[in-house]
Amino acid sequence: MKDFDYAAPTALEEAVALLAQHNGSAKILAGGTDIIVQLREGLKDADVVVDVKKIPELTELKYSTESELSMGASVPCYRLYESPEIVSAYGAVTDSARIIGGWQIQSRASVGGNLCNSSPAADSIPSLIAHHAVAHIVGPNGSREVPVTEFCTAPGKNVLEPGELLVKITLPAPVSKSASAYLRFIPRNEMDIAVAGVGSWVKLSEDGGTITDARIGVCAVSATPQFAEEASAFLAGKPATDETFAAAGELAKKVASPIDDMRGTVEYRIHLIGVLTKRTLNIACERAKDN
Amino acid sequence: MSTETPDKPQTEVFLGKTDYKVIGTRPIRHDGAEKVTGKAIYTADFKLPGMLHGAILRSPHPHANIKSIDTSAAEAMDGVMAVITAADMPGLKDKNANLGEGSVNLLDLGSNVLAHGKVLYRGHAVAAVAAKTVHIAQEAIKHIKVEYEELPAVTWVLDAMKEDAPILLDRVRTDDMGKMSDSPTNVAKHIRFEKGDIDDGFSQCDIVIEKEFRTETVHQGYIEPHASVASWNEDGHLKIWTATQGSFTARQQTAELLELPVSKVTVTPCEIGGGFGGKIAVYTQPVAALLSQKSGRPVKVTMQRNEVFEGTGPTPGSYMKVKLGATNDGKLVAGEAWLAYDAGAFPGGVIGPGCMCVFSCYDFEHAKVDGYDVLVNKPKTQAYRAPGSTHVAFAVETIVDEIAEKLERDPIDFRIQNAAKEGTVRVDGLKYPRIGLVETLEALKNSDHYQSKLEGPNKGRGLGCGFWFNIGLKSSVTATVNSDGMVSLIEGSTDIGGTRTSIAMQFAETLGIPAEDVIPKVADTDSIGYTDVTGGSRVTFSTGLAAYKCALDIQDQLRARAAELWDCEPENVTIEEGVYSHNGDTMTFKELAEKASQVGDPVAGSATVSPDCFTNGFAAHLADVEVDPETGKVTILRYTAVQDAGKAIHPSYVEGQMQGGAVQGIGWALNEEYFYDEAGNMKNASYLDYRMPTCLDVPMIETIIVEVPNPDHPYGVRGVGEPPICPPPGAIANAIYHATGVRMTQLPISPPKLWKAISEK
Repeated sequence: MKDFDYAAPTALEEAVALLAQHNGSAKILAGGTDIIVQLREGLKDADVVVDVKKIPELTELKYSTESELSMGASVPCYRLYESPEIVSAYGAVTDSARIIGGWQIQSRASVGGNLCNSSPAADSIPSLIAHHAVAHIVGPNGSREVPVTEFCTAPGKNVLEPGELLVKITLPAPVSKSASAYLRFIPRNEMDIAVAGVGSWVKLSEDGGTITDARIGVCAVSATPQFAEEASAFLAGKPATDETFAAAGELAKKVASPIDDMRGTVEYRIHLIGVLTKRTLNIACERAKDN
Repeated sequence: MSTETPDKPQTEVFLGKTDYKVIGTRPIRHDGAEKVTGKAIYTADFKLPGMLHGAILRSPHPHANIKSIDTSAAEAMDGVMAVITAADMPGLKDKNANLGEGSVNLLDLGSNVLAHGKVLYRGHAVAAVAAKTVHIAQEAIKHIKVEYEELPAVTWVLDAMKEDAPILLDRVRTDDMGKMSDSPTNVAKHIRFEKGDIDDGFSQCDIVIEKEFRTETVHQGYIEPHASVASWNEDGHLKIWTATQGSFTARQQTAELLELPVSKVTVTPCEIGGGFGGKIAVYTQPVAALLSQKSGRPVKVTMQRNEVFEGTGPTPGSYMKVKLGATNDGKLVAGEAWLAYDAGAFPGGVIGPGCMCVFSCYDFEHAKVDGYDVLVNKPKTQAYRAPGSTHVAFAVETIVDEIAEKLERDPIDFRIQNAAKEGTVRVDGLKYPRIGLVETLEALKNSDHYQSKLEGPNKGRGLGCGFWFNIGLKSSVTATVNSDGMVSLIEGSTDIGGTRTSIAMQFAETLGIPAEDVIPKVADTDSIGYTDVTGGSRVTFSTGLAAYKCALDIQDQLRARAAELWDCEPENVTIEEGVYSHNGDTMTFKELAEKASQVGDPVAGSATVSPDCFTNGFAAHLADVEVDPETGKVTILRYTAVQDAGKAIHPSYVEGQMQGGAVQGIGWALNEEYFYDEAGNMKNASYLDYRMPTCLDVPMIETIIVEVPNPDHPYGVRGVGEPPICPPPGAIANAIYHATGVRMTQLPISPPKLWKAISEK
């Protein structure tokens, strides 16, 4: 590990100026649970590590039942799942927040950091995709918005340009009879990276019998997390039954183009997308009936 | 008993006692407070003035010739104080050094510590740097330029045995049952054991089942990475502080490699964070020593986790073909096994004990075992808890389960009927003395777990047995009686599993004093007599025996002192539970210790032992599992481990060993493996992707201790550390079969494999 400087700006402009000045050799620390490990293991180098937790906008968490959820990029996971309203309306996101590391990690690690780390297996990204989330970015040339579906570009890579910073992620306000769920498959019960992960959001008819709208995001089965568009579109207007869920699972498999590695085979990972899609749709529909 | 062994001194025979004051109780361990408060000193905590930090450059290739090494850029860096390669080691000799638990070829050992001309596995150490900070050292190794000529690699044992396989070491010839082959090969050894006549045996069988099995390389997974601090003094004396299972074997290996007399090396064993067999061979000790010699400063070398996985010895991957036959009335008659274990990059793997253990749990007449020790481009294998036995237990227990099922027999009754017992002759010719496998199986049969019903879909119950020898070897103990009646007890066995307490308890029992009145301490190699490694489940047995004899020595001295005080003959002083009496006068141990300190010589005792026997430990485990048929994931619902401990000195530690062994075996069964890519590179050298069970992956392991006294120990102790890792893979594979109808013959039974097998059923 090379020595590096540490900076903790307290304003967005200050952070952007610092990042721009170092032109890519600065690394951002939100929770630090990925970057510290990467620096220590020599996977990344930095001249300066910019701690963004002291910037007010990045730790702001705003939510009401009428408006969208706005989540500062360094809001730690525990703040999400400790809010019953957020758990109810954005279940997939809080399912993810609950399984990213253990308690100590969750009190530091943020969903924003998970997005910017841009792992193909990032647990929060399928849930953000299912919730139509938008990433709000600032940089030397001002601010811009990017849908989460377009945020990651390759393993560990994303749309952030040198000098840019993720400020917050927004998720549309909940609608009635809607809910979501996230499941990943891991060989153990903890301390693992997803072999495959699926986040599903559904909206049901008032009687709860029919799916009127749905979105499915998947991870760990391609270079970046994917929106399972065909499976999502298929669900609109279908009865909320096991047969529907299974059929959606088959369609969701189509976006999977995984690799064989120590976490699973191609065949197994594709199969898991079907299983997890079916299971998350089932949970999301159960949850939606009460919303 | 003594009539059978007239030559053995009385002290090595079971005393026949069943009523104890100290043995069988559960005192707080002597080193407990230090450890739970973080004050215990592990090697990585240890600092010396002026100490440098080392880093080791490792091969990125699984197999390559080293064309050249240029260290000049690293040496020129600010803060770098020394750089070493194999050229800095004394010339290595192709000779065997006896290390107690086995011998090692010094050329192999030295070439493993620092590659000599060739790298044989990814992670093989090539060079090392000592620098003022660990970060400088880690940067500096990146500036060492090594020119490699890459060679094709082989990692699967059967591929390595092929005629056209890449050859790892040109000097290796096959030792084919004593006859040497004449051309280079990866097959270092072929051994064979036979008893009876297997052709005749199988012809008597009504049912014969043969299966092939495969297991992958697994690591011990101790929590503490290897670490050493070395200080090579101006007078040529080398001091080493290190994490080791045997300070004397670490001393000898280091001395042999550096061509020093053993007395020029002092090894101080620090507290150790697990070993399981993996901290017997030296890795960091000679490297730290050479860096210290070259820099003139003390040097600390610690490994990172990936270095532990890639650069230290795991236990082998294996191919096994095993055949068993029985008659319709449920009697096992014949068994045959063909076993190929990889040895890693140098000869001398664990195939020997594998061959001896394969049929060790069963009593049948005809058997033949062929075993092969095979070089592959993986780290040199080392011992791992009952080395070689878990592999064969998986194979044999799977077939035994299938035979019992086909004969419609209860799996426990079938095993009891065929269990090895006193007088059974193992395939390698050893005749068992009194052993406790039948009692172990009966205890399991009577357990609440076995008597309970397991109901519901996708659930199954499986049984497995396992065996380990447990060795004697050499141990030394000394003790000093203090004026306050406490006793300082010095021993040479490094304490991995609570042995300070189990030894102190035997010492205390013998003297009739409380365990708390003994202060046990593990000393450096200059401060205690020679003691072999903490391994082979030998310490509580063998060092415990030394403590027993040392206590008798102390007792004799105190008896003489009491006789002086009372002006009588020593034989007229009676001793009962630590109270010395004569003619109505009595003194407690404490009172006598105080008086003895005021007049006459100090009271200090010692004992050395080298018991030439095995303690023969057996275990039987029962597992209930539930399988998710859609994902192949196995949940362990309930698990019971039963074991013959001979006599449980400290039952909590025996239970801890049983639980720890069971959990390691469960990890081996379900998820642990070295995952190699096509080119021979390990892809999962971290605890993230090398999946040992977490506490969320196993239920509370229930334990039942059986006590069939070992006839060769005064308190009946048997070694307990190793047998409990053997049964789990067989027990779990059998449980999975009963849950799913699928017989899994490859470890680990990981979710992708099990799902595939279920979906193809």
